[in-house]
Amino acid sequence: MRVALSNGKAYTARVMRVKPRFKDVATVRSGLKKENYLADDGIAGVVYLADRLGKPVLIEGPAGTGKTQLAKSVAEMTGARLIRLQCYEGLDESKALYEWNYKKQLLRIQADKTSDSWSEVHDDIFSEEFLLTRPLLEAITSEEPVVLLIDEVDRVEVETEALLLEILSDYQVSIPELGTITAKQIPLVFLTSNNTRELSEALKRRCLYLHVDYPDLEREKEIVLNKVPDISENLADQIARIVRSIRQLDLKKAPSVSETLDWARTLMLLGIETIDEKEAKETLHILLKYQTDIAKAAKELSVTK
Amino acid sequence: MPVLDLMSGFIVELRNAGLPVSLTENLDAMEAVKVIPIEDRDAFKYALGATLVKNNAHWRVFETIFEVYFSLRGPEYEIAQDGQPDDFWREMQEQMDQVKGQGEGKGSGGGMDSLTPEEIAAMLMRALMSGDQAMMRALAKQSVQRFAGMEPGRPVGGTYYLYRTLRNLDLDNMLQKLMDANREMSDQKLSSLEERLEKDEFESRIEQFKQEVESEIRRRLVADRGAEAMAKTLRKPLPEDVEFMHASRDEMQSLKKALYPLTRKLAARLARKRRHGRKGPLDFRNTVRHSLSYGGVPADPKFRYPRPAKPELMVVADISGSVAAFARFTLMFVYAIQNQFSKVRSFVFIDGIDEVTKFFKSTEDIGEAINRVNTEADVVWVDGHSDYGHAFEVFFERYGKDINSKTTVLLLGDARNNYHAAQSWVVKEMRKRARHVYWLNPEPKSYWNTGDSIVGEYGAHTDGVFECRNLRQLEGFVENLD
Repeated sequence: MRVALSNGKAYTARVMRVKPRFKDVATVRSGLKKENYLADDGIAGVVYLADRLGKPVLIEGPAGTGKTQLAKSVAEMTGARLIRLQCYEGLDESKALYEWNYKKQLLRIQADKTSDSWSEVHDDIFSEEFLLTRPLLEAITSEEPVVLLIDEVDRVEVETEALLLEILSDYQVSIPELGTITAKQIPLVFLTSNNTRELSEALKRRCLYLHVDYPDLEREKEIVLNKVPDISENLADQIARIVRSIRQLDLKKAPSVSETLDWARTLMLLGIETIDEKEAKETLHILLKYQTDIAKAAKELSVTK
Repeated sequence: MPVLDLMSGFIVELRNAGLPVSLTENLDAMEAVKVIPIEDRDAFKYALGATLVKNNAHWRVFETIFEVYFSLRGPEYEIAQDGQPDDFWREMQEQMDQVKGQGEGKGSGGGMDSLTPEEIAAMLMRALMSGDQAMMRALAKQSVQRFAGMEPGRPVGGTYYLYRTLRNLDLDNMLQKLMDANREMSDQKLSSLEERLEKDEFESRIEQFKQEVESEIRRRLVADRGAEAMAKTLRKPLPEDVEFMHASRDEMQSLKKALYPLTRKLAARLARKRRHGRKGPLDFRNTVRHSLSYGGVPADPKFRYPRPAKPELMVVADISGSVAAFARFTLMFVYAIQNQFSKVRSFVFIDGIDEVTKFFKSTEDIGEAINRVNTEADVVWVDGHSDYGHAFEVFFERYGKDINSKTTVLLLGDARNNYHAAQSWVVKEMRKRARHVYWLNPEPKSYWNTGDSIVGEYGAHTDGVFECRNLRQLEGFVENLD
């Protein structure tokens, strides 16, 4: 299939250039499991695809479902360095991409005022020596394999999103004074978003999309078993089931996976083997953070038919 | 059919359903299909999802279309021919014999077709009890075959067959039966917590069974009518296109979820403008600090930004019968806004008007708040038919002095005034005092100013009247706020 697309050429070229990191979806899954990250079909599939197509992954979902952890685990699994860009309102070029080291440039000019001609100095102070790399540039200039995590991308303004576009689609950064720097190797890129605002079409188009939701019963139980040492199967099962019931309620903030784990650890510390109503109610505040939610859950859990 | 043809039909259908699939995404999907074998149906589905669907709210629509187009693949999805018992049926038959007791039943042979409806129900109960997935799937197939009464070419939607099948299985009472059986089986008395957990478990299994039945019906319909025709009948609006006035309970629920990000956006819109609008006085300290980079020359003067003033909002909403469904949504919207803005005042009216800010402030439970608004707010003046004129007049008399240059006023309603006096001067006065006055109308534009609707008369005095029938339009309104 040939389509006349302006970047069509770059597109096929990119796919060719990628040397696959994973054999198949199952490899991803077992690899992640070794890093204590339990992926479901969707997660493993998208990570595999991201590698094969050489595309960034945009991960969305409620807070505390392991979005950031996925990037970290993938980095560990592949033995790559994790470079993280934490987004916030007001993030700009000089903090995300690169910045000229003014002080050093100034020193350079003052150091030998006499000897060099103007053009030499000019060329000299705008060379890589005077460039401070920030996470995005760092990720593509790195020699060793890299996993780039752009965390909470929904926090930057729509206008700032545009900064990311070039690197996401072509893995390159253009610096006016220097020219274009292309990636030495294609990093795996993960972007996370808590969906506080709709991301721009341009950004979404360049990414694979992965929605990470609360895990289902079986997976949550497995996560608890994996992450909480010495917990009994029975207790883990009970915890997962109670959490599922609580998530079905209409709450201000449903318990996240990390809160489930906190709860499990608390119950272990208290030496509880099977949860009964009283203990559940007394420890609910670890699972839920709003007083109204706690009251509601306590009421619902003790409903008698 | 080759995958490529199937894919292009599939993508056309996604676009028809309203999903914004771009050309690049289309190409990505084609690339993805190359590396993921179609036989691995789950992985295939996620691969298509990851490349084509970039919004979680669209996932359900995608799933339906995916099932229609790719459901007939893989051996386990083949439709069982009538009267052809395979291994699976035989196995079930054996289990069935156990259920019926020692050799008392009809014995062997005949496959599943020889079972009476009661026996199928009993088997279903056993399967649900033990959570046996394969058994549940097989039973779903069998019950559709037996009870749905599907005839080729009959122009009936899937819902009809679903209803027929489920009615025959008596699923409504199944939960109770399962709970009873469970209680009998366990040795000691279950605590209420345990019972509650069991109930949730059974509910989710029954739900799962229903979905099996549904997709089985869909598979058969696709086999009968072809994917394209089927996709067309199944086409449902995307969540952002659901009309507020005709939203079902489920749809309302998903609308509610979508509201919070929207109100956050609204708050951000109103606040951001101020922050970026104008620079404040020189920030001396900051300028000096930055001048160090330039050898002490203050080359890059820094300014203080004015602290953004908190946006103030007044929401005035019609909650009369003609816009009842919209009103419910409106109240949800107001409630969601309340959490984002520090200074929101909300008012509801029919022919009288009352302030309801306190109902929303005092509780964190939206259901309760709406309930209190509907029962406690004093909104009926004469007869409980909308009278915008009177309501506005009273509003202005009581609260008009609180409108100032920082206030944005949102008026929500269809402006169907029952031929009362319009009193549009009130809106004019409001606009003079307020920063902005906007009107959101839940009616289609073509109905405006017909009959007793006088939205034009009010609208002339506002900063804009916006059609607001679905989330997409509401989002558009928020997006274009200046």
